[in-house]
Amino acid sequence: MATASNPTRGTGLRRVPGVLLRIVLALFFAFPIVFMLISSFKPDQQIFKDLGSIRAFLPVGHVSLANYRGVFDRVPAMRFLMNSIVISAVTVALGIVVNSMAAFALSRMRWPGRRLLLTLIIATLIVPFETFALPMVWWVNKLPWLQFDGSHLVITEGWLDTYRVQILPFVANAFSVFLFHQYFQSIPKELDEAALMDGASWFGVYRRIIMPLSGPAVATVAILTFLPMWNSYLWPLMVVQDEHLRPVMIGIQYFFQLNVSWGQIMAYSTMITVPVLALFLAFQRAFINSIASSGVKG
Amino acid sequence: MSTTVSARPRPRGTPGGVQRRRERLTAFGMVSPAVVLLLCFLVVPVALAFGLAFTSARLVSPTPAHFVGLENFRLLFHDPVFARSLRNTLVFAAVVVPVQAGFGLALALLVNTKVRGTTFFRTVYFVPVVTSMVVVSLVWLFLYQKTGLVNHLIHSFTFGLVTGPDWLNNPRTSLPAIIFMSVWQGVGFHMVIWLSGLQTIPVELHEAAAIDGADRWARFRSVTWPGLRPTRAFVLITITIDAFRLFTQVNVMTQGGPVDSTSTVVYQAVHTGYDQQQTAYASAISLVFFVIVLAVSLIQRFLTREKD
Amino acid sequence: MRSNTRRLAAASLAAVTATALLTACGATSSGQGSGADGNTITLWTHNAGNAGEYKVVQQIVKDFNAGQSTYKVKIQAFPQQSYNDSVVAAASAKKLPCILDSDGPNVPNWAWGGYLAPVDLSGSQVPLSDQLPSTVGTYQGKTYTFGYYDVALTMFARKSVLQANSIRIPTIGKPWTKDEFDAALAKLKAGGKFTYPLEMGTGGAGEWWPYAYSPQLQSFGGDLVDRSQYKTADKAMNGPAAVAWGTWFRSLVTNGYMAQKSGASPNNDFLNGKSAIEWDGSWDAATNSAKLGSDLAVLPPVDFGKGPKIGGASWQWGMSATCSNKAGAQAYLKFSRQTKYFVDFAKAAGTIPATADAAAQIPGYQPGGPYDVFSQEARKFAVVRPVTPAYPFISSVFEKTAKDILAGADVQKSLDQAVQQINSNLKTNRYYAG
Repeated sequence: MATASNPTRGTGLRRVPGVLLRIVLALFFAFPIVFMLISSFKPDQQIFKDLGSIRAFLPVGHVSLANYRGVFDRVPAMRFLMNSIVISAVTVALGIVVNSMAAFALSRMRWPGRRLLLTLIIATLIVPFETFALPMVWWVNKLPWLQFDGSHLVITEGWLDTYRVQILPFVANAFSVFLFHQYFQSIPKELDEAALMDGASWFGVYRRIIMPLSGPAVATVAILTFLPMWNSYLWPLMVVQDEHLRPVMIGIQYFFQLNVSWGQIMAYSTMITVPVLALFLAFQRAFINSIASSGVKG
Repeated sequence: MSTTVSARPRPRGTPGGVQRRRERLTAFGMVSPAVVLLLCFLVVPVALAFGLAFTSARLVSPTPAHFVGLENFRLLFHDPVFARSLRNTLVFAAVVVPVQAGFGLALALLVNTKVRGTTFFRTVYFVPVVTSMVVVSLVWLFLYQKTGLVNHLIHSFTFGLVTGPDWLNNPRTSLPAIIFMSVWQGVGFHMVIWLSGLQTIPVELHEAAAIDGADRWARFRSVTWPGLRPTRAFVLITITIDAFRLFTQVNVMTQGGPVDSTSTVVYQAVHTGYDQQQTAYASAISLVFFVIVLAVSLIQRFLTREKD
Repeated sequence: MRSNTRRLAAASLAAVTATALLTACGATSSGQGSGADGNTITLWTHNAGNAGEYKVVQQIVKDFNAGQSTYKVKIQAFPQQSYNDSVVAAASAKKLPCILDSDGPNVPNWAWGGYLAPVDLSGSQVPLSDQLPSTVGTYQGKTYTFGYYDVALTMFARKSVLQANSIRIPTIGKPWTKDEFDAALAKLKAGGKFTYPLEMGTGGAGEWWPYAYSPQLQSFGGDLVDRSQYKTADKAMNGPAAVAWGTWFRSLVTNGYMAQKSGASPNNDFLNGKSAIEWDGSWDAATNSAKLGSDLAVLPPVDFGKGPKIGGASWQWGMSATCSNKAGAQAYLKFSRQTKYFVDFAKAAGTIPATADAAAQIPGYQPGGPYDVFSQEARKFAVVRPVTPAYPFISSVFEKTAKDILAGADVQKSLDQAVQQINSNLKTNRYYAG
């Protein structure tokens, strides 16, 4: 754990400007979020009154939990949170397996066409989802699915109104493949060779040698996959009709009815931001510190 | 991209042909889940969307779409809004890519220390990233108002000398305002990516350089920068592609205005496709956009290619 | 190691199976209707998050389900902002519900596009002929939708402020003229109490723009499209009257009467005393009245030359063309046409009841009541937005054009460009015939 690289250990007075800089930057990055958090406790009139002054960042005036109570009146917030957690977690887990396997084959094994395939996969990064969402709705509505109806398997058609339609399209991800690929390349090839000599299979090399060394890549991919899943909005809007299956971002729209309540919007925004922040806090240890123990250096 | 692999010693007693066949089969098995999923959920719908670009398809229409050849593209190349959107997108990318990458690296170097509280700062810098772009845009909408907090700060810090503009309603300041906010939102993510790159650089290299009497800048140039090569490619590609996809902020904050000053290609595609129901035209925009970004990425990859 | 190979083979097999399944899928297609499972009928509404109005929908459905045993209606509520996207996506997947609501001006587009089917409402408690005309959605002579209420545009002000600046309080019979209005704004501006005396909700987006500002264009003598044939926007949208409107609209900003983009909550700004006159919807009347009491002045729209105008048509209900149980859907729609539900809706949403019978039962909306002015406005001044399938396109073009004009774009050039876009859209769609 002791080898975080390049630690610049300042001493005494020389550290003051650095600390000051860090604090100023922290204020710079945190202030809109603080505004969100503080406003979530204020009634709308108060928010607008405080807007032009430092009061916008201070819990002054009529501070209460009324907005949070209002949120639960408008939106089945807990249900949406749970849906988003399930959808994001499953996508992350599947994504790590699927994309790392592909990256392993692309970066460490020899077979014809692998360079071309990698280029093609990276090329898919370019198309923004918004531009093909509509044909995709039509398409997933045609897809079959195997279902067990109690006695035997039946093939059903159409994926609308399910969890899977929110999960499976986002499991394979070119970004993740690319990231794993980059990371795997920094692991010495000699490790594979030694293991193969000892009689391990390629899959064994992947599972027992490469993946255990790839903690940071896994953490990065986890965050990379999790964020867009948590924030997904356009897609669930189009393919999920049943309210019980909706994710958190759709909830924001519930507040833009005739009588917009900005306090409630801020309260709901706070509620859906906190879990992600907590997750990052949990992950960042693995993310940033795990390399030291792995004994691998690029 | 992938480096050449030296001839591998064969495991005892296994004939080479079987060995190689097994390697190929395994590789095939391991890439196929990703490939099938990408084919089904990306290639097919994208192909469908691009196919629409050559038809008269509309979002709502009683008549089936018919083939119209290059008509949509002809209209597109005479569309002043498209030209403007393309220009805005390029300007946005040209500013955001170097600024965000550089600022991210600076932040990463700043928090890559053992000073107490580093985890705290690292987390705070990352906060905007984990906040949804929709939420962030809504908050900045407040801050950017003419009498909002940003102008309030400008006013106080310049002792009343400078009065800030109406950021999002002035065609000259709207795009810079969106650029600023986007960098603010995204830089934490790239800080973390840079940070993971920094962590892969062996600490011994720094120590060796320090013993050789290299100062900070020299150490950065000779050890850190070369050590970040793989990270660099990743950061560059992710920022570039993200920059080209600029949409959410514009959609929430300005809807492309005022007077097209913040319209982007993706925004225009979504706007014409959904709000104006011109599916085929929107597909044509997407197709042209795809070709442009592909060209840019290829150039970028050529410039950052690994010299073996 | 053996087991690894086997596992891999299994994985490959799974992959191959998946591929086979995926390639096999394109062929299947269900030609039948949607939106109902036997006699269980699905209903969609835009009311998610709008508890008051949503409760009325739930009540009607509950009463309907309890009152007979043949059909059962199931509700699905969506947030308003994205409702259209959900509907369009469902339509493209042929998964529309049987019963759905629609924003009035979109009805011709949805009818033309085959989303909606004409409805037969004969025999319901409230006859169609009792309704405000703007609350019935028709296209090419057929009735597709009906609404329980309408909304009206109006101006709110404080009597005390107007009196202090010796500004005449206008009435329905004698609204402000353009000159009077401009003079009033000039006075309020000169008074120095208001940075922006006029609040018109210019921070809004989407349908608010044509809803709020195209009536002003119409009052000037222009329009969004030539309504005689719906084949051109020429003259209507770029003629002298339209240019006069655009010039005036921009002058509100250059004179400092109005913010080019107002804040996130215009009504709060008005109530906080930031603006003197607010151009707003009748839905804020209750809030404003509660806050300002008798100081609240509800003013009719300005007459810019061709009489005061406001937009007509709000949310309306209909039946999808693909509905697999049309009898059930119509039964529900007919059942819902009871005066008590008209009353409940108008009360819950703070809107204008669509019938006189309902109005008589709502405090404030009886003849002579404080909100009767809205009913009168809706009857006298309401102009429905152009009844053409091209409306969503026209609406989007108008929004952008009006925003550009406010931001200082050349008025004539912007309007010409808008006309050219609308005309070319009409032409490519063969004037939306058929």
